[in-house]
Amino acid sequence: MSLDTPQVTTPEPLSRPYGIGPYLTCMKGILIREALRFLHQRERFISSLVRPLVWLFIFAAGFRQVLGVSIVPPYKTYVLYEIYITPGLAGMILLFSGMQSSLSMVYDREMGNMRTLLISPFPRWYLLVSKLLAGVAVSLAQVYVFLGIAWFWGVKPPPFGYIAVLPALLLAGLMLGSLGMLLSSIIKQLENFAGIMNFVIFPMYFASSALYPLWRIQEASPLLYKICQANPFTYAVELIRFAFYGQLHMTSLLVVAGCTIVFLTGAVIAYDPSRGLMSRKPAAGGNS
Amino acid sequence: MEHMEHIHPFPGGNEPAAIAVQGVSHSYGRHPALKDVNFSVPAGSIAMLLGLNGAGKTTLFSLISRLFGIQKGSISIFNHDIAREPREALRRIGIVFQSRTLDLDLSVKQNLAYHAALHGLSHAQTKQRIEAVLHTVEMETRLKDKVRSLSGGQMRRVEIARALLHEPRLLLLDEPTVGLDIQSRASIVAFIRKLVANQGISVLWATHLIDEVDVRDHGVMLRQGVVTAAGPLQAIMTHAGTLTVEEAFNKLCRKVELQEVLSHEP
Repeated sequence: MSLDTPQVTTPEPLSRPYGIGPYLTCMKGILIREALRFLHQRERFISSLVRPLVWLFIFAAGFRQVLGVSIVPPYKTYVLYEIYITPGLAGMILLFSGMQSSLSMVYDREMGNMRTLLISPFPRWYLLVSKLLAGVAVSLAQVYVFLGIAWFWGVKPPPFGYIAVLPALLLAGLMLGSLGMLLSSIIKQLENFAGIMNFVIFPMYFASSALYPLWRIQEASPLLYKICQANPFTYAVELIRFAFYGQLHMTSLLVVAGCTIVFLTGAVIAYDPSRGLMSRKPAAGGNS
Repeated sequence: MEHMEHIHPFPGGNEPAAIAVQGVSHSYGRHPALKDVNFSVPAGSIAMLLGLNGAGKTTLFSLISRLFGIQKGSISIFNHDIAREPREALRRIGIVFQSRTLDLDLSVKQNLAYHAALHGLSHAQTKQRIEAVLHTVEMETRLKDKVRSLSGGQMRRVEIARALLHEPRLLLLDEPTVGLDIQSRASIVAFIRKLVANQGISVLWATHLIDEVDVRDHGVMLRQGVVTAAGPLQAIMTHAGTLTVEEAFNKLCRKVELQEVLSHEP
């Protein structure tokens, strides 16, 4: 390595974590990194699409005759089962993506990459929010690719619905991403994540209105109905479902926004060096 | 083995210390990792943080870089308290961690650009600094290569380049040469020493490899979470009554239990 030409020493570092410009630069950098990682993992992109498409092409087609859907808001007529479950499948992409993002945080923490983020001079909460937004942006792209394919399958909400649903998808993505981030702060090792997948993702998805209307669940099991009503994912799905038709479901909006605040606050506290859980265990890769 | 006092706890003159660690203790649950640690690193100097595996070096680095919150005591970087002014402190620090922290699937340029963004560097600054630091570590030809394709030594060079990208005043090196071949190790050691000589940067270098140490360096001897000596290595050797750094290391850093066993041997 060469240092033959003496360089001018700057009295102050170049690092400038002040002002709106550097803040935006920081967020943009995190967003680009997340997008690049996603593009480099093609199998992740394909699997994120295959999962909901299998549900749409096979499950929905097979159960169309079995699971009749009566006229429930926001639908004004009888709808095909494929149309009913599409908002739930969009939610499924956000759910899996949010959890996968937290998986990558556990992986990053184990492998040390997370440390490069956390030693940035920008406030810790800002770094976490930026990472969360980057993860949500990537998952939104997946949702729209899915909706594009579903259009060819006959799932055709009103054209303005594709725009109207964006804020709902964003908010739902933030809620699920925040939950994933909170979980990632609790998980000590990557191996433990499989348990979280089984205990969080599947119960959240199946005990919701993603696959069946709540009135059907109520008929089958009042207990399960109450569980579905307590499940924040139900409200995320309903928020998306109504937004597809340009309608705002206020209860869902309040629940999803409230849960986002609670989960994100929990994650920021958990990753805070002075209050969080991280300093209670030795750093991975270090000796002590 | 008696507990040694600090031979040169704080630098003289008006220039603030690059690092001032005062009364720092840290524990993982009931297990204490650091006990009342005190030392300082004068600006523009190399301080070797010497200790065996498990002595608490990585914990100390995690506290200095604010990965962990400080449970007791204080740490200042050029007079900026890491707990009260984390932004001012962290912008002055460049870190090379013991474990690799580069993203293997991204290119060298993408990894460096990510780090530049995390310090708020503009597009023009990022371009200029990436060229400069890669030239410095002689890796400019690998700009577009994926990190996965680099050797261990080359990855370390890129990590050092990354740590220097935002022109920090203090470089923290947590055993940066572990796992490298002799040539790569020698190259990195020589590079860091030139960096200090030419740019006046301060370095805290954690290691247990004595051949990386120069007797003109400062030293912080760490044993089981306790600083047994801190100051210029010459003074530490004199105080410990040893002729070499290695002897001083063995005397001041080796685990107590092992020493006691050895002292009872006929």
